Amino acid sequence: MSWNREQMCLRASQELKDGDYVNLGIGMPTLVANHIEKSLDITLQSENGMLGMGPFPFKGEEDSDLINAGKQTITSLPDTSYFSSAESFAMIRGGHIDLSILGALQVSRDGDLANWMIPGKMVKGMGGAMDLVAGVKKVIVLMEHNSKDGSSKIVENCSLPLTGKGVVNKIITNLGVFEVNNGINLIELADNVTKEDILEKTDTDVKFSS
Amino acid sequence: MNKRKHKKIFSSADNALEDVLFNGMTIMSGGFGLCGLPENLIIAIKKSGVSNLKVISNNAGTEGHGLGLLLETGQIKKAISSYVGENKLFEKQYLSGEIELEFNPQGTLAERIRAGGAGIPAFFTATGVGTVVSKNKETRSFNDKDYIMETGLVADLAIIKAWKGDEAGNLIYRKTARNFNPVMATAGKVTVVEVEEIVQAGDLDPDHIHTPGIYINRIIKGEGYSRSIENLTVREK
Repeated sequence: MSWNREQMCLRASQELKDGDYVNLGIGMPTLVANHIEKSLDITLQSENGMLGMGPFPFKGEEDSDLINAGKQTITSLPDTSYFSSAESFAMIRGGHIDLSILGALQVSRDGDLANWMIPGKMVKGMGGAMDLVAGVKKVIVLMEHNSKDGSSKIVENCSLPLTGKGVVNKIITNLGVFEVNNGINLIELADNVTKEDILEKTDTDVKFSS
Repeated sequence: MNKRKHKKIFSSADNALEDVLFNGMTIMSGGFGLCGLPENLIIAIKKSGVSNLKVISNNAGTEGHGLGLLLETGQIKKAISSYVGENKLFEKQYLSGEIELEFNPQGTLAERIRAGGAGIPAFFTATGVGTVVSKNKETRSFNDKDYIMETGLVADLAIIKAWKGDEAGNLIYRKTARNFNPVMATAGKVTVVEVEEIVQAGDLDPDHIHTPGIYINRIIKGEGYSRSIENLTVREK
């Protein structure tokens, strides 16, 4: 047993603090928005040039001039602002965004992140991922603990090309929550997951605080 | 009577680009995905047959849309982009070596263009430190943190899309269709904009102008916008 995608997103949403400006990556991280506690004041940034991202539009109300970084149709909110790509990345690079939640192919024990390229396969490009991990105050990776072939995505050293070096602060997987601080530290186990499961499915040392 | 009237306004995309296109030129093209693309100007470039283009654009369009049109005709020789994931034709041309590709992190790309337009030849950024992006680039340490040097970008021609423009070239963009358009406007030796509506000077509130007219050389009224959406996502009422 472990967390399903829904539970992983729910757990990730608990990392958001009242007043945070947050950038959610493409894929599973985008779904975290569905779980944000209603009482919290959270502002979502979309790196194509929008602060204050609203939910998906109702059918028939979509606007081709209003999309998120994943090119999905979205809506604005009363406090929304729009700006250029240069302004958007000034916010990101300048450390004004509190938190970014991103997907990953590999994370190393030192917090190195690989999430944009698999050699030999078509390179799609890094988009804004390198800027986000270099500039955002806190970076959380949300990913399956193991890839489809069973190999650990938490590793001693990333074998894939890096997106950033020493940039990941926390990892949330289907097996638990890990802090990256002088190695990988387990801080929470997913439902019905044991420390033995973690050790068996992780290709680097994991420290257990308790 | 505005003395500038009609000097910047051209009757068509073909007309506006006629004497500025040449083989081997560098063109910046605004837009993010299919949002805020200079659709009419791209079609005019396609029709002109100009080739060996070096294109600077965040994405490479999709099949039948945006820069995808210039890929179909083999007019692009090199692309500088941050993400080309949605284009199968690009993938094919890249893997067969027909097209050269330089990936820039999206924020670095935006800042290189901003710098180019602002007369700044280079700058330092932490983006890409310790990755392939830093290869062959000067690294310097400021306050105990490493940064890599990136250079400013300019182009022979920038083609952009805005929502409304007046006869002086002052522009207003709409929603997230703004994206790379305002920065590219500043970095073209010649900048041509297509707008959905050309208005008279005075119709746009000077406090609300996104791009001042100084950056704009030519303006046309675009037509037949496709309003294409890459990933339609909706919720039920």
